[in-house]
Amino acid sequence: MKNNHMKELTKGFFEQNPVFVVALGLCPVLGVSTQVSNAIGMTAGVFFVLLFSNIIISMLRNVIPGSIHIPAYIVVIASLVTVTEMVMHAFVPAVYNSLGVYLPLIVVNCIILGRAEAFASKNTTFDSALDAIGMSIGFGLAITLIALIRELFGSGTITLFPVGGFSGVITIPWFYENPVRVLALAPGALLVMGYLKAFFDWKSSLKKGK
Amino acid sequence: MSYIAILITFIFINNFILVQFLGLCPFIGVSKNSENAIGMGASVTFVTTVASVVTWAIYYYLLVPFNLQYLQTLSFILVIASLVQLLEMVIQKISPPLYKALGIFLPLITTNCAVLGIAIINITSGYNVMEAFTAGLAAGLGFTLAIVLMSNIRERLDLQPVRRSFQGMPIAFVSAGLMALAFMAFDKSLITNLHLV
Repeated sequence: MKNNHMKELTKGFFEQNPVFVVALGLCPVLGVSTQVSNAIGMTAGVFFVLLFSNIIISMLRNVIPGSIHIPAYIVVIASLVTVTEMVMHAFVPAVYNSLGVYLPLIVVNCIILGRAEAFASKNTTFDSALDAIGMSIGFGLAITLIALIRELFGSGTITLFPVGGFSGVITIPWFYENPVRVLALAPGALLVMGYLKAFFDWKSSLKKGK
Repeated sequence: MSYIAILITFIFINNFILVQFLGLCPFIGVSKNSENAIGMGASVTFVTTVASVVTWAIYYYLLVPFNLQYLQTLSFILVIASLVQLLEMVIQKISPPLYKALGIFLPLITTNCAVLGIAIINITSGYNVMEAFTAGLAAGLGFTLAIVLMSNIRERLDLQPVRRSFQGMPIAFVSAGLMALAFMAFDKSLITNLHLV
């Protein structure tokens, strides 16, 4: 039983990683992965919305009539996104501004509706919460990896959040002088995504071969 | 901003797929053959244009007078979902051939980031209703351009030897990246050089 719960949590990390394996929710992944701090902000938004939408939808799974389940899910998700937007606007305006249009677009992020439809509508609240946490961690790992590659090679810096005297920007010496600019721009996101996806496909084909 | 400038901005400079990454799911999913790509492009153009005008009206005539701007996301997505549903019924009634061509793509469009994206961009850019209409049309045309080009590339790729780990989605992303590189030739200076502002 315990094993089962652990599996709900960890399957989202690599095995069913929402970005690299299932290829859902790609718009924000490519759109905001220009800086590591944006990637972390986006992950926080997705984590909050996904966790609560999975919890609420799994609690209501026996109440919502089948014929209108999609609109009902969308209302739940959109309300949560609005809450996230307001909280971010109030407490971290810098992140709110750099996420821009991608923050309200969490509503139409396929990961959230996909998990609601495929998992939360059929499972208990506890399992759904674990599933949400696992999936958000998988999403966070993927978007942070892409952002790290793009920022490190594209501009030679790693931008985190400013804390006290620390400005939040780490400069990496050699890469800073020799940046591959294109990776920081729009085409770089598509290229990095393509190569990473190929890498993960290759990895999973090796596993299957064993 | 002149209408031509808006058209050029959303078709080339800020192409929805290649620069802003809105609507990537159908872009990768439906671009395997050019017939479907044209169908998807036409449906998206239609919906972004209508949705731009309708959400603009909802925002300025319903949300602003009652100070309900914070309901923007919630109301827009519901309006877009019902609009798509309504369009599906209307097209089915008025023009069965068009319905046959677009029918399978319409339900997919509700969760297409491009539609909600253009609705929100119209509001944040402060466009008036005609500008919103033009922006919606241009965003749809830009989407169509990218997805049709992509489907032609992918039809060619099917005939080429591609390493197994790159087959399918990875090579599609890499080709899209190279296409985006070509689109970088269009930038903001194009509009100033053409004296459109």
